[in-house]
Amino acid sequence: MVPGPSAAELARQHAEGKTPPKKAVEQAFARAAEVDAGPNGLNAILWADREAALGAAAQVAELSRQGNQPGPLAGVPVVVKDNIATLTMPTTCGSRILEGYVSPFEATVVTRLRNAGAIVIGKTNMDEFAMGSSTENSAYGPTRNPLDPTRVPGGSSGGSAACVAAGIVRVALGSETGGSVRQPAAFCGIVGVKPTYGRVSRYGLVAFASSLDQVGVFGRSVEDAAIGLGVIAGRDRYDSTSADVEVDDYVATASETLKGVVIGRPREYFPDSLDARIRARCDAALDALRQLGATVRDVSLPHTDLAIPTYYIIAPAEASSNLARFDGVRYGARAKAAALREMYADTRSHGFGREVTRRILLGTYVLSAGYYDAYYKKAQEVRALIVNDFQNVFQGGVDVLFTPTAPTPAFPIGAKSDPYEMYLSDIFTATANLAGIPALSLPIGRVDGLPVGGQVMGRHFGEAALFRVAFALERALGEAAHR
Amino acid sequence: MSVTDAEVRHVAALARLGLDAGQLPTIAAELNGILAHMEVLSKVDTSALGAVTGVGTAGTPLRVDGGNQIPLARPREAFAPAMRDGFLIVPRLATHEDQESP
Amino acid sequence: MSATVGAPALAKYEMVVGLEVHVQLRTRTKLFCNCSTQFGDPPNRNTCPVCLALPGSLPVLNESAVELATRAALALDASVQEESVFARKNYFYPDLPKGYQISQFDKPLALDGRLVIGEQHDGSPMRVRITRVHMEEDAGKSIHDRYPAASAIDLNRAGTPLIEIVSEPDIRSSAEAGSYLRLLKQLLEYVDVSDLNMEEGSLRVDANISIRERGATKLGTKTEVKNMNSFSGVERALDAEFARQVAIVESQGRVEQETLLWDADRGTVRPARSKEGSHDYRYFPDPDLPPLRLTKEWIAGIRDRLPELPDARRRRFATEHKLSPYDVDVLTASPHIAEYFEAVAHAHGDSKTAANWVMGDVLAVLKNTGVPIDRFSVRPADLATLLDMVRGGAVSNSAAKRIFALMVQTGDRPEQIAEREGLAQVGDEAQVAAWVDEAIADKPAEWQRYLAGEKKLLGVFVGAVMKRSGGRADPRKVNQLLSTRASG
Repeated sequence: MVPGPSAAELARQHAEGKTPPKKAVEQAFARAAEVDAGPNGLNAILWADREAALGAAAQVAELSRQGNQPGPLAGVPVVVKDNIATLTMPTTCGSRILEGYVSPFEATVVTRLRNAGAIVIGKTNMDEFAMGSSTENSAYGPTRNPLDPTRVPGGSSGGSAACVAAGIVRVALGSETGGSVRQPAAFCGIVGVKPTYGRVSRYGLVAFASSLDQVGVFGRSVEDAAIGLGVIAGRDRYDSTSADVEVDDYVATASETLKGVVIGRPREYFPDSLDARIRARCDAALDALRQLGATVRDVSLPHTDLAIPTYYIIAPAEASSNLARFDGVRYGARAKAAALREMYADTRSHGFGREVTRRILLGTYVLSAGYYDAYYKKAQEVRALIVNDFQNVFQGGVDVLFTPTAPTPAFPIGAKSDPYEMYLSDIFTATANLAGIPALSLPIGRVDGLPVGGQVMGRHFGEAALFRVAFALERALGEAAHR
Repeated sequence: MSVTDAEVRHVAALARLGLDAGQLPTIAAELNGILAHMEVLSKVDTSALGAVTGVGTAGTPLRVDGGNQIPLARPREAFAPAMRDGFLIVPRLATHEDQESP
Repeated sequence: MSATVGAPALAKYEMVVGLEVHVQLRTRTKLFCNCSTQFGDPPNRNTCPVCLALPGSLPVLNESAVELATRAALALDASVQEESVFARKNYFYPDLPKGYQISQFDKPLALDGRLVIGEQHDGSPMRVRITRVHMEEDAGKSIHDRYPAASAIDLNRAGTPLIEIVSEPDIRSSAEAGSYLRLLKQLLEYVDVSDLNMEEGSLRVDANISIRERGATKLGTKTEVKNMNSFSGVERALDAEFARQVAIVESQGRVEQETLLWDADRGTVRPARSKEGSHDYRYFPDPDLPPLRLTKEWIAGIRDRLPELPDARRRRFATEHKLSPYDVDVLTASPHIAEYFEAVAHAHGDSKTAANWVMGDVLAVLKNTGVPIDRFSVRPADLATLLDMVRGGAVSNSAAKRIFALMVQTGDRPEQIAEREGLAQVGDEAQVAAWVDEAIADKPAEWQRYLAGEKKLLGVFVGAVMKRSGGRADPRKVNQLLSTRASG
């Protein structure tokens, strides 16, 4: 992996006219070509626009020359998951049903990135419609893990994670519904953050499960992720679920000590069945946090084991409704058919892959007459218990929680064929989505040479506390995080 | 609760997913496998709290009745599969079964 | 199934009817996006990422729609909820872009209203209960006969704000249904929430109807009847469906629950679809929209600002203006006519005269020209002035009619017209006396007969004087002078 300047450093160099932004863009494309070469090519980037990127670089250079502030991500190349709408380059969500679809409007998060001077160089591979935990469910082929090409990078935001891990970019956007940023961050040895529900606008993020979805940020370092989140966060009048809460200065938390911080270690995330080596890395991280002045407390989140069944009812249910718009009428692929009914059925059966079809069926079933109360309504009630678990713990004086991000390191491509087995990859991450709380994963070591992530979870709109702990831990672990 | 092939066919029709008869048993088995894991929820006592209604207590924000239409960066013809004289064109609806408009 | 039923069979049963009325709210923009709601624009002109349901689009609620919906609910005496929830109604149709309609299900905007549609035999009010009033977005339009083997979809209407007003099955005849609809339309006109134009589709009616033997309390199986394009169409459709259901039951059959379409040309109902049953809409709360939260204070504010409603206005017109029930009905039918009448009555000071002129002359012109009263060329103040001129004797009643016609044409003030046309009434004693004397001199024989006791002949002389004066002589003066001549 190629180390290079951090996003902050790069932006500063560009703003001061020390290096031309087009150099960073060229380097990003060169690195992308390098890692895509050969039979073990990463296949992380689906669509790229070199000309547009160079044009944007020239604009940033011009702004700097004029002495105007080009923004905190001035000339920094970034990639964006392919379920986030961009005006140039397609938005396919990793699906055939949107093959070639170029959105006529732009996601708010992309507008904010560009206004901050960032250069979106490409759209990244993902599990189709964000349904998956490995990026094996893409209609455009799987993405490989840069640290081991026989393994998955995680999912569903595997492409973005791989780009950061491979050194193509320092900052990337992904999306979270059940762990789709944190888990790939853990598998790829980088930082990934899921904001509080409502912290970041969903306008332009193709909906999977509307009450769970959030745009998330990958960073090569904690600082990279902090800057990225700072740029995209904040109220958006085009998203009714977007919160009117001030955005903290996440980067400023880097200098804060951990004295007085109370860290909860929930026992349900450290079951006996947990891989002992992962447990050891987590406990070592907790030791490091103690040495920095934090107190660690054993706590319980008793309804944790209900998260996966709850999630896999709510998410597919909402998805079955969100994906009804893909009918071939107004955009996207359309199957040739003589009658409307046939057009719908053929368009959707040819356009959607196996996992998406399975989840739409599951979701439609749990919402259908006779089953709504037992499944969807019940799941939303159990969800309240999960939210309550977190509230009790935070009200009891705990500032943040620390857990493993995933139960295993990156698994081999093709290893998990049973759908439910794949769903269990989200076992430590889905709770944060269900509760709407922010969560961050950062590298805390290696097992068999494969990265392991530690997860920090906090209160609603308590991202600053997450970054405070993450900055401190990153500093304390140093190179041990990658060993 | 166990999903039958007939139920899968019914649900697929509701979702406008064309499935071959041959696929039904496999899909029914997959769904049943997944749903078996959900049974645990039926045993949970949820009487104390209501259902979740989102983060925070703010009601839905209200928008002023006016302003400009959200612009499209390219014309509808650029992304619509079939248009004619400004209309979106779809294959003709059959008289009976396709009249879903309630 | 076209057996006709005789009157005795029909009389055995009563119809039990509930009506669902969809009303388009007159907002400038759509319910969840800023696209214009303008009717008649080129197809798909008024569409954006939100109402096209492009991937990544999201709904944001229109505050004016909430206000108008609340106003309508309060006018119907319904209880507006401080928290209501938008829900997704999921089904596939090409004019439904998202594959679901955003509506309200479990927790609608308002509950438990009522509309008085008349009086019962004992004089107590006949009320139709309103189950609920809820907000929802409209679908687009599908045109099936414009192109061969294809349907043409126009999404301009998709996303337009609607309220749905659902009544309890309290209606017992087609006439009651007609009254309900006319009074509901009038009420909504008074609170100015919609154009209420059935031709343009801003007002739509669906009916649920079942039958039962008179005196029975249990409800029969109901059918849904749609595609009625006028209030009289609703009445005819209900009568037709009532007869059809009676025929079935009388021949020992069972009424099937189904949806039927009214065919106005044939005067019959026919099934809408061959398949059974109701849709499975899989309603669930829309996660893209937090609940709508309204404060008691805000709701009270809307209630305080409600205009005078039809019932209250009818009562007030009867007592304040001392008008007959018929006059009250005509003058309060439209809120704009009522306001016009009151402006005239207050300025002129005589409600009866004002009523006669508005109900007669004004409404006749409006009917003939099709002009709505808010664009009528005669301002209330000017009509009042004209009536003052008649009362004061400055013009005769017949001259006033001519002046009014010219006011309609030109919009000019009555005093100007009277002067310009020389229509001022002549009350000058000397002048009228001269005309009277000429008239008497012209018909000496008739004058003698009049003096001898043929009182009927007075009209001949009055008419003769009016003719000589070109209609301008003050009739009271004429009569006065004739009787002076007769006695002197």
